[in-house]
Amino acid sequence: MNDQLITYELENGLRVYLKEIHTAPIISHWIWYHVGSRNEQPGNTGISHWVEHLQFKGTEKFPSNKLDRLISRLGGHWNAFTHMDWTTYFETLPAKDLDIALELEADRMVNSQYDPDEVELERTVVISEREGAENSPMFMLGEAVHLAALPSHPYRYEVGGLKEDLYRISRDELFDHYRHYYQPANANICISGDFNAEEVLKKIQAYYEHIPSKPNMPLILPNEPELENEQQVVVRGPGETTYLEVAYRAPEACSKDFFGFTILNSLMSGPASLNMFGSGGVSNKTSRLYQALVEEELAVAVRGHLSATIDPYLYTINFIIHPMHKPEEVIRAYDDQIQALQDHLVPADEIARAVKQAKALFAYGSENITNQAFWMGYANAFANYDWYTHYVDSLSEVTPTEVQRIAQKYLNPNFRVVGTYLPGSSQEALN
Amino acid sequence: MTPQNLSYQSLPGPADISRTAFSNGITLLTRSNFNSQSVTIKGYLQAGSISDPADKLGLAALSADALTTGTRQHDFKALHNRIESLGASLSFSSGVLSTGFSGLSLAEDLATLLDLMLEVLVEPSFPEKQFKRLKAQFLAMLSIRAEDPADMAALTFDRLLYQGHPYENPEDGYTHTVQSISRQDIAAFHQQYYGPRGMVVAIVGAVEPDQAIDLVANSLGQWQNPHQLVQLQVPDHTMPQGILREHVPIEGKSQTDLIVGTLGPNRLSPDYFACMVGNNILGQFGMMGRIGESLREKAGLAYYAQSEYGAGLGPSSWEITAGVNPDNLERAIDLISKEISDFLREPVSADELADTKSYLVGHLPLTLESNLGVAITLLNLERFQLGLDYLQHFPRLVEAISASDILAAAQKYWHLDQLVVASAGSSLT
Repeated sequence: MNDQLITYELENGLRVYLKEIHTAPIISHWIWYHVGSRNEQPGNTGISHWVEHLQFKGTEKFPSNKLDRLISRLGGHWNAFTHMDWTTYFETLPAKDLDIALELEADRMVNSQYDPDEVELERTVVISEREGAENSPMFMLGEAVHLAALPSHPYRYEVGGLKEDLYRISRDELFDHYRHYYQPANANICISGDFNAEEVLKKIQAYYEHIPSKPNMPLILPNEPELENEQQVVVRGPGETTYLEVAYRAPEACSKDFFGFTILNSLMSGPASLNMFGSGGVSNKTSRLYQALVEEELAVAVRGHLSATIDPYLYTINFIIHPMHKPEEVIRAYDDQIQALQDHLVPADEIARAVKQAKALFAYGSENITNQAFWMGYANAFANYDWYTHYVDSLSEVTPTEVQRIAQKYLNPNFRVVGTYLPGSSQEALN
Repeated sequence: MTPQNLSYQSLPGPADISRTAFSNGITLLTRSNFNSQSVTIKGYLQAGSISDPADKLGLAALSADALTTGTRQHDFKALHNRIESLGASLSFSSGVLSTGFSGLSLAEDLATLLDLMLEVLVEPSFPEKQFKRLKAQFLAMLSIRAEDPADMAALTFDRLLYQGHPYENPEDGYTHTVQSISRQDIAAFHQQYYGPRGMVVAIVGAVEPDQAIDLVANSLGQWQNPHQLVQLQVPDHTMPQGILREHVPIEGKSQTDLIVGTLGPNRLSPDYFACMVGNNILGQFGMMGRIGESLREKAGLAYYAQSEYGAGLGPSSWEITAGVNPDNLERAIDLISKEISDFLREPVSADELADTKSYLVGHLPLTLESNLGVAITLLNLERFQLGLDYLQHFPRLVEAISASDILAAAQKYWHLDQLVVASAGSSLT
């Protein structure tokens, strides 16, 4: 695969990343904006996600029905995602149709209409999306744990926003949010696939260089102070199953601790895939927590989650409790495993195994053109492309001592939140 | 390869798909892709839940899960240590007509993964301790299913649509039927239905076809099971008799999941292409077709609202699904009924038809972007006997469908007085 990366920055600050891959007649075009729930405050939570929905409602040149029809007629696949740190829009298309993606994304960067009637119709759609998620006990538990674990940082809110904010936010607030963040200096364009980079760069210049930019001041948010003691949260809801979620503060993606933490997570609860499309995972049946909790029939499933983010965020571990056992028993057995990581160096071959798993997962993701373009933008959304290209090497440098130090530093039971979902009817928060 | 000079001739076809039939009944399909060092294995055996006894529903599903709990050579931990240490994966999952399997590894580990696959297929030991644990996990997942409105709506829909047919039963069974399954039942099911006859394997990725054929010849190609039974054939079924409506109350849920549907033709029917193209217009094209336009874009009722036509070997469902606020359930049903009515009254417009054909033809290469996408396609070529040159013919087959073909198919399979309406969520007021 030709993985020559071409980068360029226009005078208005738009950054461009191009990678020619001539193995299939396909291109994948992504535009990334540095805006997400990190840029929100109480009262307007969910606004970035709602703006993402409204970006599909059309411009004067591409009215909503025309926009959708145009892409779909080509057989294209297009969608958008909103995250804590970023919002992205992508089109994977037959290679001959790249110009349409370039034209429509340049157009909707500045010309989206935000028709008041469309805004109101979409209000109920984003509420419906949230209500679908609320059907899941894990969502309800996760939301409560986040609110307890992060007292002030915007990462505490679900990306979809609080329901009361979704009922309140006005059309003008949505439009202002759009105009503030959707501009060249706040965006990256990433394209991979079957095209000529030199030609495409000229086209990008033609589409974008006339668009003025008012660079946003970098958003610097204070780190959360450490939790003063262990917090416990109980959520009650329908069902027969008990869930447990434990959350600790975790380092940001650019921290030198992030890679050691990635290895620690792999040893604890199994290797996690970084890829978004067309890749696969590795099961976690030989991980320490699976062996100690699922094999011992205290839990029926366990998984850890570490996210690559701009600011320090959370490391969470989720358990589905075995019907014959109680959450307290799971926590006791879990704590023994944490203690072991803090007290003893892990064998070097256990780390080598985790690195091999990461290398395999990395290969699974790179067979796919859409993923290649995704990674150029994703890595830049919280770090830079070198972070991605050096990912496996960075993991290879992690030592047993480092894993132990990270376990001691971050997995302190006094600085965590323990959330439990109990089958019942109402929600209560302890502490 | 130079940019933009590729065509449908570059899609998987007779020139680069290798098909090998082994003497023990296994068919192997391979296609190379050296873009990355990964290899995907995907396939199926003739062992599905259609053979589950009525009082042991879930037997095929539990058997598939139990395969990887240990073998005569490796206990649970040793087996998974071998797989996970490679950064590989290997899993089995049962459907109604077959048990599917999926494997993924680096090319350098393909031989090891195939050996392990043969080992778990041929000599699983079903350790008693692991079986008890697996069963408890399985039952816990059934408890979670019982509280999930989308799962319960789907379960109810199948029960109503397929009354008296094997498809009325959930592949995972019910709590009481799973509780009655013993380790001996699993071992017997394995001996009776797991075998090489009728097994299909697709291998796609960084491996030359000859090498893949040799590897399979030396592993799965050696498998024999003289006890393997012939699985039941799937029977036909009749349309719903009247409006069959049922709501499953699940308290405390914010969203109600709804399925409205009927019986469509199977994948081998001459009506398949008319229904598939028509379905794309009804509830797939763009933002979920006419259904999405009505429920989401115009009424703002639902985040998801679409139609699905999943044609298989047996009688196949044609469904319209939506997730709505409980207060909007009746309005959503009314809007869906109106869309069905319009679909039955007039031919689709020339623009709609042209758009959908353009989408279906243009989208095909995108579904083949990954090794997994290619592997799934190869299996479908074999399962439905479409021929290795099917992808090359696909544009012509789509292009042949007219608006009147779609109207005739819609009127044949959709009847407003013969529908299943299943929903799950908060109690109806």
